[in-house]
Amino acid sequence: MKHPAAVAILGVLAALAPALPALAVDPTQMPTPELQAHYLALTHEFRCMQCQNEALADSPVSLAADLRAEVRDMLLAGKSDAEVRAFMVARYGDFILFRPRFTARTAWLWLAPWVLLLIGAIVLTRVVRARRALLDQDFEPVDEDARP
Amino acid sequence: MNRFVLPMAVFVPLVVILAIGIRHAPEKDIIASPLVGKPAPSFSLPDLADASRAVRSTDLKGRWYLFNVWGTWCGGCRAEHDTLLEIQRAGVLPVVGLDWKDDDTEARAWLQQLGNPYEVVAVDHAGRAAIDWGVYGAPETFLVNPQGIVVYKVVGSLTHDVWTREILPRVPRQPFPGS
Repeated sequence: MKHPAAVAILGVLAALAPALPALAVDPTQMPTPELQAHYLALTHEFRCMQCQNEALADSPVSLAADLRAEVRDMLLAGKSDAEVRAFMVARYGDFILFRPRFTARTAWLWLAPWVLLLIGAIVLTRVVRARRALLDQDFEPVDEDARP
Repeated sequence: MNRFVLPMAVFVPLVVILAIGIRHAPEKDIIASPLVGKPAPSFSLPDLADASRAVRSTDLKGRWYLFNVWGTWCGGCRAEHDTLLEIQRAGVLPVVGLDWKDDDTEARAWLQQLGNPYEVVAVDHAGRAAIDWGVYGAPETFLVNPQGIVVYKVVGSLTHDVWTREILPRVPRQPFPGS
């Protein structure tokens, strides 16, 4: 540590670290640990519509807080994950899901990587086969070369 | 040379498809509403002019109306206010306001100062009705037909162009009664 300032900043951060959970965006506490885990999993699954790369769980904007309250109330009312998801999608569309559902519209999104992977695998197999054929032909000379 | 034919045959169409996708993508900030083509959500909220009265979605059925989500805290709402007044003057359809997460006194002062383009304003303190409408920012404006179906949605400030090019052509020309 050459810079005293850097040492000081690290020291302050280290001192603050235990206080960090208190700064969390979402103070919601569900009555049971199971519900709490459930709630956290769900709120991380939805996109905050205002700051679109943030999850509902992490966003400080008031709309996110409102939507988290909806999730909380629905879970407390005994609604299933599927019902909560359906509620969100009916209002905000597939975009609110970080993991879009498999529908006719999103099929290409899910299938394209596998199609590309398949094409890659076919090309790879063909190249390897072609090279192996070359290796068989050239086996003797290569062997000779190795023994000067 | 031949060994490049197959990779190019895959790669070039991929580039073309992605380029088309990027070119034709709607503005990325605007998220298509799943509500368009579906019934407008029902609500019953206090009237801004008189909190003892209720504004009900069922009262709005049977005619075309614009549903405009606004708040005095919203800069874009100030920007579109003149357009809302223009729409009111045109007398083609009524504008119903949803005052979203706002202070009633400030909202009433705003309308008094800038002019009131709304036939009626519903007050949504909790933001519950806004969630039902899939609102994620203000201003947002919905065009609803007499059957109560959402026909079109505008995200962001209304402008004269949006009004004349996007909204007016969707509404059959019949002046609405009363107001």
